[in-house]
Amino acid sequence: MNSRWNYRDLYYQALRIRMVEEEIIKIYSSDKVQSPVHLSIGQEAVAVGLCAVLTEQDMLFSTYRSHAFYLAKGGDLKQMMAELFGRLDGCCSGKGGSMHLSFPQVGFMGTSAVVASGIPNAVGAAFAEKMLGRGNLTLAVFGDGATEEGVYHESLNFASLHRLPIIFICENNQFAVHSRQHERQSYSLRKHVEAYAIETHHISQGFDFCEVASAFSDICNDFKESPRPIFIEVDTCRYMEHVGTGEDFYGGYRSAAEQAEWKRQDPLIKDEALKAELAPQIAIEINESIAFAEASPLPSYADVLKHVL
Amino acid sequence: MAKMNLLQAVNHALQTAMEADEKVLVFGEDVGHFGGVFRATSHLQEKFGKTRCFNTPLTEQGIVGFANGLASQGHKPVAEIQFADYIYPAFDQIVNETAKARYRSGGQFECGNLTIRAPYGGGIAGGHYHSQSPESFFTHVPGIRVVIPRGPYQAKGLLLSAINSPDPVIFFEPKRLYRAAVGEVPEESYQLPLGIAEVLREGTDISLVAWGAQVEVIVKAADMAAEKGISCEVIDLQSLLPWDLETVATSVTKTGRLLINHEAPVTSGFGAEIAASIQQECFLSLEAPISRVCGLDTPFPLAHEKLYMPDHLKTFDAIVACVNY
Repeated sequence: MNSRWNYRDLYYQALRIRMVEEEIIKIYSSDKVQSPVHLSIGQEAVAVGLCAVLTEQDMLFSTYRSHAFYLAKGGDLKQMMAELFGRLDGCCSGKGGSMHLSFPQVGFMGTSAVVASGIPNAVGAAFAEKMLGRGNLTLAVFGDGATEEGVYHESLNFASLHRLPIIFICENNQFAVHSRQHERQSYSLRKHVEAYAIETHHISQGFDFCEVASAFSDICNDFKESPRPIFIEVDTCRYMEHVGTGEDFYGGYRSAAEQAEWKRQDPLIKDEALKAELAPQIAIEINESIAFAEASPLPSYADVLKHVL
Repeated sequence: MAKMNLLQAVNHALQTAMEADEKVLVFGEDVGHFGGVFRATSHLQEKFGKTRCFNTPLTEQGIVGFANGLASQGHKPVAEIQFADYIYPAFDQIVNETAKARYRSGGQFECGNLTIRAPYGGGIAGGHYHSQSPESFFTHVPGIRVVIPRGPYQAKGLLLSAINSPDPVIFFEPKRLYRAAVGEVPEESYQLPLGIAEVLREGTDISLVAWGAQVEVIVKAADMAAEKGISCEVIDLQSLLPWDLETVATSVTKTGRLLINHEAPVTSGFGAEIAASIQQECFLSLEAPISRVCGLDTPFPLAHEKLYMPDHLKTFDAIVACVNY
């Protein structure tokens, strides 16, 4: 499996995602981006590591914080930028925006904004996959906050009952908006999953895309031998505020010191040499994507009425 | 043709759809071996196996959530919510996922193949949580269709249309008519158009509009009115979202009067939408204020059910008042 990815390639992808989001921060005040943004900065390695192991046929259902997964799964950057700008050439014709990217042709399925509501949809798709017998993976990606929602539990139960070929990925960044996990959860996340007879794994080095890819690759190899529901908790750190383009230490709910440990280990910060080498090429691609978005027409009145029935 | 009650017609439609297309799946609480609390899914598991007809956990939000995922992959799930009163836990999935998936993805991702069946309405002494008519909540949700049959023939034809529709459909079944409504139903497959009302009886003095179980109530009231020399045009709306404004407006332009009857509470019921649209379309033709004979603005009651119901007597009185306005 390791031949499919290497440090340099994964670094490139993670850096590309970070630079795209840094560009979004830069242009956000121009109001060209049509919706609030939930940035993945700090969490890119999770998306990059997992998607390195997946094929385009594997289906991934994600959330409103999905720029990283969209790009890592192979979603088109130009169409993403046009989507953020609310333009007709966006991947969702400008109707989804930052929070609802979708690019099914590479297995990046629907993304919703009601926490946990995409999880049962992924379970249903995994059910279809099992019946069709195509042997593809279905991934449901969500944050630690989603595990408090009722439908998450309904989904685990059903997936286990039917032994569905689905991998639940919990990106644990410790916070639901501004609330810490221990303020919200009386249960131990993985122990609770195990009560549904679903096996669990823990990847603590969520900043390390190679480690994520390597651990996930082992799990996937085993999964392919015996498709079944699996739960993986990946520790990670959201550097920016829950929604918006700034840092939020002023909110007093967490400190810069807490993040410092993550940042110290973050390859995108640590490996300055590789960054310097790769960044110029990425910057060109990003500029092209913005030019593409700006050249794309805004929707007309007729477009607003399409895609209802 | 065969004589069937409404329940048998639903069962027959499901069987017909499952025979025609192996992508059709039926699931919900207790729908498998037992055939559902009302037996709408009797023998389907026997005929089509446990993969295509199966019991779910008690998980309404999950049922619709799983169905959305299945529909997104090309299956045609027919999910049963045991009583329409239990549909509220699934409200998030229906409103935020089922109805919006196509729109928010610009047609890239959708759940159009989904049908949700739910028995609704009173008349079975079911009390607060086995009697409600929640249709108007769903008529406020662009992206889905809402369909309600009045009898066996309509139930089979409309349900087959719902299952084969490219749009998600909420299909409410009038449970008090499950065994009470009996009629001739073709044994072969047929579909009735969605979004189209049916004029059951032509008349000249007043138009009466209802759907589902209340259609028989307005027919009865129309019979009483006929004895008094009042000619009623009787319309079954059949689809509430989208609804057939044209048929109702044409009728009201002719009769000059409109009475709407529904079992749900009057305030913000679907009658309000019909009244607003018809006064817009037919203002100069109206001879009297539009009349609504509906459920009371109370939770659906138990011992007081008969007082709550918009029955034929209340309807008849309102017809007379409207004609003599």
